[in-house]
Amino acid sequence: MVGRRAVDWLPALVVFVGVIALWQGLIVWTHAQQFLLPKPTSIASAFWTDKHELWSAGWYTFQEALGGFVIGSGIAILFALVLARWRPLGTALLPYAVAANAIPIIAFAPITNQWFGGGLTKSSKIAIAAVLCFFPVLVNTLRGLTSVRPQDLELMRSYAAGNVEVFRRVRIPTALPFMFTGLKVASVLAMIGAVVGEYFGGALNAIGVLILSRSRVFQFNEAWAGVLVVCIFGLALYIAVALLERLALRWLPSTLE
Amino acid sequence: MTDRATVVEINGVSKKFGQTTALQGIELEIAEREFVSLIGPSGCGKSTLLRIIGDLIEPSAGTVVVNGKSARQARRDRDYGIVFQDPVLYDWRTVAKNVALPLEVARWPRQKRNERVRKMLELVELQGFESHRPWQLSGGMQQRVSIARALSFDPALLLMDEPFGALDEMTRERLNMELLKIWEASGSTIVFVTHSIAEAVFLSTRVVVMSPRPGRISELIPIDLQQPRTGTTREEPHFFELVTRVREALHLGHDLERAAPAAREATA
Repeated sequence: MVGRRAVDWLPALVVFVGVIALWQGLIVWTHAQQFLLPKPTSIASAFWTDKHELWSAGWYTFQEALGGFVIGSGIAILFALVLARWRPLGTALLPYAVAANAIPIIAFAPITNQWFGGGLTKSSKIAIAAVLCFFPVLVNTLRGLTSVRPQDLELMRSYAAGNVEVFRRVRIPTALPFMFTGLKVASVLAMIGAVVGEYFGGALNAIGVLILSRSRVFQFNEAWAGVLVVCIFGLALYIAVALLERLALRWLPSTLE
Repeated sequence: MTDRATVVEINGVSKKFGQTTALQGIELEIAEREFVSLIGPSGCGKSTLLRIIGDLIEPSAGTVVVNGKSARQARRDRDYGIVFQDPVLYDWRTVAKNVALPLEVARWPRQKRNERVRKMLELVELQGFESHRPWQLSGGMQQRVSIARALSFDPALLLMDEPFGALDEMTRERLNMELLKIWEASGSTIVFVTHSIAEAVFLSTRVVVMSPRPGRISELIPIDLQQPRTGTTREEPHFFELVTRVREALHLGHDLERAAPAAREATA
């Protein structure tokens, strides 16, 4: 099902190694100041030295992101089901959901920090991540639930199927690919929300706070190592969702190639 | 024909879509075990009429009685199975699961369901394809799955809307033979929409010729070819006579359309 052999990844790997080598080479060659951009090797060595602290900080923030992702996406899916079931409600509210999706919600981070028991709590970061995840999942899932082919509905009507049956057997399966598109977007936003939330104040052992404090004291290698950890955890969440998608949508012609 | 019970009774049915009159003054009775084809040029309302019989759309005027009850009640009682031109199979279900769909909706117990699905796939000769996905099958096979699904709950009435319209001639003729075998075995009544004259004559016990603007029945032609129909039926002189008759009826309907309004009134 995964269908990709190691050889298929070779071009991407070559690009990766090439870019890192170019980065390293350019900095050595131009003698760029390390506060502008450290060498990959310096970042790697900072990462290695601080790995325990970095991993535990990354894990702390990842928990916030994951909590926000699960709560925000879960509520969004429930909302989508309700709005698809009672269409006038959906028609009335969807424009606002689409508009809210375009608002830089991250701007509310300093305020939500205060709403949820001050910046030091996990729940304030979970809240901001959840709000970020909510809208893309809602909009995509709702679009999926309502883009059922008319003939699919006509068939169910010929069986005198009730509303619950239609949702269970037609609308929800049709919506799954759309929902996963929303979930993948949300998985990326969740980590961003948690880290940026921490920039406005967070627990000392959080990765966002760590990146901020290191760059304030000019420890750029360590700050970049923190960014690297954020990338790894963010990618991990995205890949987990993508794998879940493959598992859930095995029936799609496109995933079998 | 009169000694058989009436399955479908259509009285003065008209249908308007906005300003357009799709159907006007339709009167038709279909008896048990009949194979009735509705034929006519596009826009004559044959698919609309089929959907009205199935209560998928409501007539603007007139009534439809199916098995002695309203079309709505007949639909709720699952008295008919329907096959569309597009097979309308769900990609997220395997072939077997697609056939089982109406049985699941009707809450059949699992074991009875599986047994029935196996039997149906045997009937349309698709054993071994149970766990395939619809898109892994050819168009003809997909339509056979759709027919198996429509027959799975043993409906007294089978409504078919150009089921073989999208298939090549060879496949179509083979499926025609299969359909007749299924019709004989299942003992159901079939209403079949097509725009192929040869197909209508070959399959039917009666052909309903329709003409457009407004959609109406212009002629009822009984098809008295010998039953069961075989591979050589299409080569009989009488087959050609009937094909010619249907063709002429279709042309007559077409000429009527261009005739003076007074002449149209008289025939309507």
